[in-house]
Amino acid sequence: MAEDAAGYIKHHLTNLTYGPKPDGSWGFAENAEEAANMGFWAFHVDSIFWSVVLGVLFCLLFRLAARKATAGVPGGLQNAVEMIVDFIDDTTSSIFQHTNSLIAPMALTIFVWVFLLNLMDLVPVDWIPWVAGEIGIHYMKVVPSTDPNVTLGLAFSVFVLIIFFSIKQKGIGGFVQELTCHPFTVRLRSPVTWIFIPVNLILETVTLIAKPVSLGLRLFGNLYAGEMIFILIALMYGGIVLSFAAGVLQWAWAVFHVLVITLQAFIFAVLTVVYLAQAHDVSDEH
Amino acid sequence: MNMNITILGQSIAFVVFVIFCWRFIWPFLIRAMRERQQTIADGLEAASKAQRDLEHAEARAEEILNEARAEARTIVDDARGQAAQMVDNARSDAESERERILKAAQADVAQEVNRAKETLRSEVASLAVIGAERILEASIDRDRHEALLDQVAAEL
Repeated sequence: MAEDAAGYIKHHLTNLTYGPKPDGSWGFAENAEEAANMGFWAFHVDSIFWSVVLGVLFCLLFRLAARKATAGVPGGLQNAVEMIVDFIDDTTSSIFQHTNSLIAPMALTIFVWVFLLNLMDLVPVDWIPWVAGEIGIHYMKVVPSTDPNVTLGLAFSVFVLIIFFSIKQKGIGGFVQELTCHPFTVRLRSPVTWIFIPVNLILETVTLIAKPVSLGLRLFGNLYAGEMIFILIALMYGGIVLSFAAGVLQWAWAVFHVLVITLQAFIFAVLTVVYLAQAHDVSDEH
Repeated sequence: MNMNITILGQSIAFVVFVIFCWRFIWPFLIRAMRERQQTIADGLEAASKAQRDLEHAEARAEEILNEARAEARTIVDDARGQAAQMVDNARSDAESERERILKAAQADVAQEVNRAKETLRSEVASLAVIGAERILEASIDRDRHEALLDQVAAEL
């Protein structure tokens, strides 16, 4: 039973991986070990598939609302979409005081997309893998945000934007100065303070790198833990009493998880806006 | 939990979705929302303006009504005065008319009396003459005693 349970969990946590096999040909990994050995050039077909499907769903849904958007009485879809847009717009404009038309749409994309990625967590853990198994796909991890590649992919895209806007707003010199002259003040006239330059550079670089890493790992950690609990609850099924208890637990955890997935999506979007606002602040004091 | 090229795929997808949202979703929704906000703000503004106009118009109507009431009162008072005047005039006219008619009637009566007296006098004179003739038969000369008879008639 323990072996079964371990296998079940491991199976659920293995992505459908496509990459180079040891013999040089490309194909799907047959098991977790093979997937792990594929190295950097492999990719997770299921993560990419679900995140693209959900991203396209977001685009279509919102595009539909945007095309029919009227200043008159809004319909049901437009109402729902506008509620989200208004919420994001309010949040963004209260955090981000500079002028940049990209920030709010990006926050909206992140919020809705990450929410949808997380929402896959509420689909009972065995449904989609079972369907996939029936059509011959043996590994199917349906919650893209439990894949660190996905969350860190998002986070490092944000990181690139942070660097880009920092340099755009402050120039390379300003950006370098920001990295080297804080938190210990470096004065050009007193060479003694120059020894702070490498110290500052290390500290500020750590601060800078910590932003995307914490952003990505926070989302990953929360969703991975949530998914793991769903898998453990799913393991309980068997026998009337245990099945009933498992059902109740699953329902309760799902209800709680509705809060978690929304909150995590919101945190990701808001922190992105905060980081980009910091990148735009020319006189950054901290 | 293998780190691999998926991270790049996800980044590309992210960029594509963000650009799509930035270009084709956000501006349309925000524009519609701003327009609606403007419409509602205009509507509220118009409503409060209409409310102010209404209050103004009500005050004006009240003012006009009061003026009309005051005017009506003056007109009624004037009319009442005029009516009293007319009644007085009519009464004094009627009184003078009565005086006039009375006087005329009295004058007529006096004239009639005189005429009757005149007639009576002449009749009495001739009666007296006839009576005297009968009494005196031929003894009295009509022409001779004419003056005397007239004197008698005048004394009647």
